[in-house]
Amino acid sequence: MFSLDLQTVLPEVILAVYAMVALMAGVYTTKDKSAGILIWATAAMFGLVAFLIATREGTDPAFLNSFIDDGFARFSKVTILLSAAIVLVMSQEYLARRNLLRFEYPVLVTLAVVGMMVMVSANDLMVLYMGIELQSLAMYVVASLRRDSEKSTEAGLKYFVLGALSSGLMLYGASLVYGFAGTTQFEGIFLATAIDVPLGLIFGLVFLMVGFAFKVSAAPFHMWTPDVYEGAPTPVTAFMATAPKMAAIALFARVVFDGFGGIVGDWQQIIAFLSVVSVFWGGIAAIGQTNIKRLMAYSSIAHMGFALMGLASGTAFGVQAMLIYMAIYVTMNIGTFAFILSMERDGRPVTDINSLHMYSRYAPMRALAMLVLLFSLAGVPPMVGFFGKLYVLRAAYEGGLTWLAILGVIASVIGAFYYLRIVYYMYFGEEREALDTGTSPLLWGVLMASAAVMVFGVINLFGIEPLAAAAAATLVN
Amino acid sequence: MGNLLSLTTFIPLLGAGILALFLRGDDAAAQRNAKWVALATTVFTFAVSLFILAGFKTDAAGFQFVEDRQWLLGMRYKMGVDGISLLFVMLTTFLMPLVIAACWDVTHRVKEYMIAFLVLETLMIGVFVALDLVLFYLFFEAGLIPMFLIIGIWGGKNRIYASFKFFLYTFLGSVLMLVAMVAMFAQAGTTDIPTLMAYNFSAESFPILGVQILGGVQTLLWFAFFASFAVKMPMWPVHTWLPDAHVQAPTAGSVVLAAILLKMGGYGFLRFSLPMFPVASEIWAPLVLWLSAIAIVYTSLVALVQKDIKKLIAYSSVAHMGFVTAGIFALNQQGLDGAVFQMISHGFISGALFLGVGVIYDRMHTREIDAYGGLVNRMPAYAAVFLLFTMANVGLPGTSGFVGEFLTLMGMFQANTWVAAVATTGVIFSAAYALFLYRRVVMGDLIKESLKSITDMTAREKWIFAPLVVMTILLGVYPSLVTDITGPSVARLVDQVEVAVAAHGSENAIASATAATPAQH
Repeated sequence: MFSLDLQTVLPEVILAVYAMVALMAGVYTTKDKSAGILIWATAAMFGLVAFLIATREGTDPAFLNSFIDDGFARFSKVTILLSAAIVLVMSQEYLARRNLLRFEYPVLVTLAVVGMMVMVSANDLMVLYMGIELQSLAMYVVASLRRDSEKSTEAGLKYFVLGALSSGLMLYGASLVYGFAGTTQFEGIFLATAIDVPLGLIFGLVFLMVGFAFKVSAAPFHMWTPDVYEGAPTPVTAFMATAPKMAAIALFARVVFDGFGGIVGDWQQIIAFLSVVSVFWGGIAAIGQTNIKRLMAYSSIAHMGFALMGLASGTAFGVQAMLIYMAIYVTMNIGTFAFILSMERDGRPVTDINSLHMYSRYAPMRALAMLVLLFSLAGVPPMVGFFGKLYVLRAAYEGGLTWLAILGVIASVIGAFYYLRIVYYMYFGEEREALDTGTSPLLWGVLMASAAVMVFGVINLFGIEPLAAAAAATLVN
Repeated sequence: MGNLLSLTTFIPLLGAGILALFLRGDDAAAQRNAKWVALATTVFTFAVSLFILAGFKTDAAGFQFVEDRQWLLGMRYKMGVDGISLLFVMLTTFLMPLVIAACWDVTHRVKEYMIAFLVLETLMIGVFVALDLVLFYLFFEAGLIPMFLIIGIWGGKNRIYASFKFFLYTFLGSVLMLVAMVAMFAQAGTTDIPTLMAYNFSAESFPILGVQILGGVQTLLWFAFFASFAVKMPMWPVHTWLPDAHVQAPTAGSVVLAAILLKMGGYGFLRFSLPMFPVASEIWAPLVLWLSAIAIVYTSLVALVQKDIKKLIAYSSVAHMGFVTAGIFALNQQGLDGAVFQMISHGFISGALFLGVGVIYDRMHTREIDAYGGLVNRMPAYAAVFLLFTMANVGLPGTSGFVGEFLTLMGMFQANTWVAAVATTGVIFSAAYALFLYRRVVMGDLIKESLKSITDMTAREKWIFAPLVVMTILLGVYPSLVTDITGPSVARLVDQVEVAVAAHGSENAIASATAATPAQH
């Protein structure tokens, strides 16, 4: 039995062991000198583990059913690993140039990724909490990677304090659920709700969901997001905007469907509320932003609102829509952050969108790729971002939430305004001091690849649809 | 040739790709090459589209040249043309070479300009040939992107305001249509347009928040589509984006906007609102008729006091689109035939008028009416061409403008005499503003110092106008060219609406009869 259990958690074990070894190697031998190589090695490791996971099949519970490896978990894990790998290699040059390249960085990212993998595979409230904390603690540290910068340390501290608060709420909710259901396992909770739903259990569920809302940065629990995005070094921001979001929302789906799938009506309204507030607040608050990192923070809030819209429908199709939405979102954000990472003037990073005046004049290809990504973020066809919206809208409609779909599309028009504003600076602005153009070919490649995906995905979404459908089917039944 | 429609649709995109990838530099030679590539592409597209016209069987009412492939989520990549959409495809492919030729003197970022127009052409043709809801929406919405850039990059002084207004206004209009499409997809289980045309959406009234919704689901869906098409058309009172967009857009952009993009709204009514929601169309037709009548009179009056030539023509476009919407919602053969005819004819006439403004704008760099006067003395050819299109705009018999207005008015008269009466006064107003404009710009003595050295049209400009002149007069004296093609499709559409409305009426009669029966006992 134990060996079978180990086999199920093999990917997590591999990465955890790798993180330890890398840490030891870093401490005892070369310190920061080999950090660049370590980053590439870590990314390769992520790729390998993703491949290992992708080849697996079936549903394997482990450790007395507290951990589960199923199609849903695998879909999420592969997305997490691949996006983390790309973001890692993207950040290498940026960090090196700013003297931030420490060997702890890839190690901490690896630990965070292990945490995320545990999160999406959790089948028990305790495993869930373990995963969240492993992920969060690693993230708190990376957020304040730039130790000598006030903003970065402030970001780390804010992230930590609010993250701790959300963990507290979640633990409180978990204990209530345990008290009223008599078990921490999702299956047991599901069975408990089938007989009778005590009010305390609902309270517990609400507290749990508030905690998750913090993690996915859904309004009105999003307050930490803009500050942390702005303060953290840009590669870290890129990381926070991609993999952890996927993990958190997958965890959200896991709990509400596996644990509380019998009482959809009780949580549907809460998620619909989170969704509608997020899409509107993400759209409205971004209008006044001039810092592109803050702007992306609000953008991610709005996008989480759309992903939650799929979840709110409470159907298998809704989960499929959410998975597709998240995969598209992660791809778009990787490309956008590749662009933001390459925004520099005289070698210093620039984050003011004002600096993009007439960018298309001296960097036409880059501007065009960014244009594609921005329209995709806004959800304008034929970019792939539109299909993400189409899927979640259909899910919302079929889940009986037509009002949510209508409010969602109206919010997306508000959101379109600030994406258009960046296009405006790049294409219609006035001649001003130019940004540097000769930055790394790697970032250029990632940006172009991401934009190409947004355009050519219109043909068949790169076959992601059946994969997501299969993944969703294992979660909802 | 099983994929002639895909070919026609994507040739311009291919041309744009070639320009983007293989053309380097921004010197005079590169600019000239870009223009030639674009011109060759559009001419070639027109040539290919002629095969569609030649192979089209005018006696059939159904869709022809159908292509059907699997796509995502049960949606299909399906294309086809019937008598209605064929003409819009032809209009687009016919006008695009002229549009490209009209921007021959542009020197600012020529390559990007040509790419924008070629991409736009692909998207416009796609709108008219798409036979899948989502595919249609994809083309319909994507057209906003190149147009946004065309206005924003190459537009006039206030271009940024105009481009944002254009984009957000039309985007807001069409997202509700997206929700309606999702709802239709979920209900009917398909996004195939021919299937949906035959699908009976429930017209059973039901209350929402205590308010009885007449026409039920059909009404809700109808309004969602209406929001989009009315903005696109544009109908009063949601027309305010158009004057801004027109004034700020470069000449070629204005031509495309007026001649083709506005027609998407009318095409949408014909393709979606009428056949898919016939009962709702019947119920809400009076609303549309009156909005159209108001549009015709009100915007004509507004046009009368404009100081900017382009703005005047923009308002006149809104008025003419009023005839189109009124013709469509007259829901009879004459009205619909007239509406299609008016759209095609307006494509030529408004395109020519904006080109005409472009001719003098290129010389004087102003659109103020007051800056002109007495042009006939130095520009006789221009005066003649501008006169022809001014008259066609007014609806002089013998030009295509007359046929469209006459047919739509006839249809309106049958549907609602009062609306027809109000709309007819609009014809007088349109004569007033058009002739007033012509007098102030072209007639009189040439007294302005700045105009003393103005030159007449060049050979290039004359060649651009020649096809438009031919088409305007040809359609004016021989309108069957259009009505023969549209006839069967329009007849089927009218039939379909009547049958559906009659069926709904008898259902209601039965329902009320059965409700009344127990009371008798």
